[in-house]
Amino acid sequence: MEDIQLLETIEKYLSGELSDQERAQFDVIRQKSADIDQMVVEHKLFLDQMEAYAKRKNVAHTSQQVFSTLLANGEWAPIEAAAEPTKIIQLWSKYKKVIAIAASFGGFFAIITSIIVMYLSPSLNGSQLLQLSKAVEVIKKNQQAQGHLLNEVKTKVPENAKLISGGSGFLIDTKGYIITNAHVLKGNGAIVINSKGQELNATIIYSDITNDLALLKIEDKDYKQPKTIPYAIRRKISDLGEEIFTLGFPRNDNDIVYGKGYLSAQTGYEGDSSSYQIQISANPGYSGAPIFNANGELIGVISSRQKLAEGVAFAVKSTEIIDVVNALKGNERTKDIIIKLPKYSSTNRNRKSQLDNLKNFMYSVRSFN
Amino acid sequence: MPEIRINTLKAELNEQALLKGLAQNDSKAVETLYKSHFTMIQHFVENNNGSFDDARDIFQEAMIALYEKVQLDSFVLTCQIKTYLFSICKHLWLKRLQQMGKYSSPLSAHEESISVEMDMGQIEKKDAAFAIMDRSLNSLGEPCKSLLEGYYLNKKGMQELASQFGYTNADNAKNQKYKCLMRLKKLFFAQYNIGD
Repeated sequence: MEDIQLLETIEKYLSGELSDQERAQFDVIRQKSADIDQMVVEHKLFLDQMEAYAKRKNVAHTSQQVFSTLLANGEWAPIEAAAEPTKIIQLWSKYKKVIAIAASFGGFFAIITSIIVMYLSPSLNGSQLLQLSKAVEVIKKNQQAQGHLLNEVKTKVPENAKLISGGSGFLIDTKGYIITNAHVLKGNGAIVINSKGQELNATIIYSDITNDLALLKIEDKDYKQPKTIPYAIRRKISDLGEEIFTLGFPRNDNDIVYGKGYLSAQTGYEGDSSSYQIQISANPGYSGAPIFNANGELIGVISSRQKLAEGVAFAVKSTEIIDVVNALKGNERTKDIIIKLPKYSSTNRNRKSQLDNLKNFMYSVRSFN
Repeated sequence: MPEIRINTLKAELNEQALLKGLAQNDSKAVETLYKSHFTMIQHFVENNNGSFDDARDIFQEAMIALYEKVQLDSFVLTCQIKTYLFSICKHLWLKRLQQMGKYSSPLSAHEESISVEMDMGQIEKKDAAFAIMDRSLNSLGEPCKSLLEGYYLNKKGMQELASQFGYTNADNAKNQKYKCLMRLKKLFFAQYNIGD
């Protein structure tokens, strides 16, 4: 009997598909040949394992599905409703950079440098500064009345440090891991600023110049860890023509800006298979900003723009983020870092409230030397 | 029969029905388990250095553990599902915290729990077997992986698989399946110790 037929017979024997007569014959063969008997025992064990594997996989799948559905239906509130900060603190965090400017010429110089480096527009002008300073005076008075120390709030960029580059970034793990472009981090230190204008210290964990991706970790006692991240990192390639949108910090006033477009090619510059070509109006500060599809999945990271063609930009594919996370294991310094990429996208929202939610996970990134 | 006794009986029957549902992969049963107990685990994990995502992962693991427990021949649940799920989650979360080197003080918990060390020993063996099968299948590559999954996991017929994978007839598909199966068994048994 050929091996393939033997195996087929064993499978039929085990599943009870043999007739009584065939079964009896096979039992005789089993008794006579220890080898065949051993094969039967081994194959039974193997098939049982396959069966257990399949059933467990199905249960795990059901469990995940049920969880996602309940989550989408609002059964649980994963994101902590941020306590509404008081008016003064809002103003305070909004204008604290201006205080830094007013407070130290060093800070002023640093920010101007960042403006030059990032080709930002529109630039701050004198009258705007004056107006803001006025607002600051009011805050100062209020703060003093409340007995707070003014020097508690100052920029987290170290003194004498020069801001040399900047862009956007976004959370991929609630513990404070942020993905941005490698070229956004030209300096050796970094801070990130959330959409409320709060500055947080960050360390550069990993930078991959080839893929133009880098990983930062927020290391700051003021960082409030969210409970969950509302976008999954897409593990498959996205379709041509898919509608996309982005959120980034292209402006110097650190306001978050929304942009919409579509995926125009499944490969990037000169056929680069690790990136997409996208049609979106991308300004320099958009570097490192995430690209989402209509389902709210994260499909890429904006990285560069073609100089001559308006609106044509390139985005690193989301699969490269997964590669970055995997690459950490291969490095002695980073091998113990555990990153759990978000798996669920919240979709049952209109775009406006979706953006309102997403902006809590977006950061403006500044790098300094 | 006093009313309290009847109510306890009803509750026990409900719990048994739920476990039976879980064993049969019934999504209604799974949903009931999530709705009744997830919040408890969420509070526990978040009060002990964890995030919402951590709670989700731990609960998912605990559901699998409960499922595996129900599969065991010797299965008898000697306490409420609530207590059992909580005990497993506590065990799993403690282990996770220790792995991350974060565990220092006893966990704060308001729920009662039982010792699940023995059960977890059995369940970890199942976890290991599952992981070996998963690794073996994933290192097979395509089309072997999908072909075997189609036949053994999704119980598709040879004819159907032949047309799905573009084989000219069922016999060709069968030959291919055989070769793939031999490779899978080799991979599997290289890691799996019989009689362990």
